[in-house]
Amino acid sequence: MDKKIKQNLGFLLLLICILTTIFFLGIILYFIVARGIRILSWEFLTQVPRKAMTAGGIAPVIVGTFYLTSGAMIFSIPLGLACAVYLSEYSPKSFIVNIIRISINNLAGVPSVVFGLFGLAVFVKYLGFGVSILSGSLTLGIMVLPSIISAAQEALMAVPQSYREASLALGATLWETIRKVVLPSALPGILTGVILSIGRVAGETAPIMFTAATFYTRRYPNSVFSEVMALPYHIYALMTEGVHPEEQTSIAYGCALILLILVLTMSVLAIILRQRQRSQSYYGT
Amino acid sequence: MALKTKIQVKDIHFYYGKTEVLKGFDMDIYENKVTAVIGPSGCGKSTLIRMFNRMNDLIPKTRLEGSIILDNEDINSMKTDVVEIRRRVGMVFQKPNPFPKSIFDNISYGLEVNGIKDRRKKEEIVIQSLKKAALWEEVKARLNESALGLSGGQQQRICIARCLAVEPEVLLFDEPCASLDPISTQKIEELILELKKEYTIVIVTHNMQQAARVSDYTAFLYLGKLIEYGETEQIFTVPKNKLTEAYLTGKFG
Repeated sequence: MDKKIKQNLGFLLLLICILTTIFFLGIILYFIVARGIRILSWEFLTQVPRKAMTAGGIAPVIVGTFYLTSGAMIFSIPLGLACAVYLSEYSPKSFIVNIIRISINNLAGVPSVVFGLFGLAVFVKYLGFGVSILSGSLTLGIMVLPSIISAAQEALMAVPQSYREASLALGATLWETIRKVVLPSALPGILTGVILSIGRVAGETAPIMFTAATFYTRRYPNSVFSEVMALPYHIYALMTEGVHPEEQTSIAYGCALILLILVLTMSVLAIILRQRQRSQSYYGT
Repeated sequence: MALKTKIQVKDIHFYYGKTEVLKGFDMDIYENKVTAVIGPSGCGKSTLIRMFNRMNDLIPKTRLEGSIILDNEDINSMKTDVVEIRRRVGMVFQKPNPFPKSIFDNISYGLEVNGIKDRRKKEEIVIQSLKKAALWEEVKARLNESALGLSGGQQQRICIARCLAVEPEVLLFDEPCASLDPISTQKIEELILELKKEYTIVIVTHNMQQAARVSDYTAFLYLGKLIEYGETEQIFTVPKNKLTEAYLTGKFG
């Protein structure tokens, strides 16, 4: 009996923890949705801002976030994947490779504002890209590079060694083995890493603060060298600057809701893609 | 009928780090014969046959002395193309390891990496290989389904068919029945007896009855040394070495 009571207590404890987590998640969603939904309208999504940010819409802000996120992913996915493949499939397990691995993990722990400063110094000033989509994308890309690398490495390590042996034993080269057997098997795991990175990139404020974002422009970006408005920075700016706190606050909640929807949509898309990939890899073509 | 040596092992030493796993011996493997390698766990059986297709290259911190000669060619020489060696010396592993692909793609994979692109040619070889592996009747209606949906024994025969497709000369079996039930084991054994007409076969096994049933020659390895090597019938009836006799009668192992 005593054992059963202990077990029930344990389960109860777990249940309480889960409910607490869900409660906070729910309350965040509730507040953002309740306060953001009021401002949401077709106009809000498709118009440019007017009257010193107190009226009009946030269309250029959404477009800016889309460009920055896409740019960062275009830059970081191939680079991160290449690094991961090299580290886990090609490189000999040596001291130096271990150092590289530890460095990458440490890079993941660097605060995002430090990446922002780095981007300002290197991309904006030294390389002369200015405050632009390009500088912002590169900065964001470098910021998520470590998480993409380690997610991809995990996924590659999860591929059974027996697949590699089978492929090599048939007279495939290491490259053929990686391209035709290892990468397809690791793809679902890699995509999971990418999904998480997309969410993180879209929501980061600090790295774009000095490198890409501007508080107020009525124009849409017309090249990679344009500066843009972006959702996370826009929320920050609305809450800290300007002279119409009330209107600005409600617009900020609207922005937060849009950001949330955007990130969730991208995640869902990636999850669907991942599921399709997974079932294909199991059941052939 | 004169015996022709297919693989010649010359004074082989193999090290994992500082541990010497194979301690120097010679051994000739004959063409179109089945050679069984037996011995207790850790005696170096798998290490030995994984040397024949240079699978040990994949394990870091290993070192090899001596040589393995395949048809007059030292397979460890700098000039040797390891990819070509692995095509000529196929391997079936302990655990069935089909790719997470369709049955058809599993067999055609080896053809693609060996440069056969023509769809009709591929289909022809896939069917032929599945027939040789005694699997055709069971899978012909489901070639596009995942190989992972097959039973363990069928998966192992997929792996054999996959090897056969690239037209090897030697087939290495590393405890191919270790994870299979008796019926599947029997099928694999029948297959091995059938395949020896065309291929040189080396099989590592823990199962002494299996060695007696399928092999023409048997090698007994103990602690990295080749204790006895000869015709299976002789080894199992009148072993020359006391250790061999003790192992075969179950006194240790």
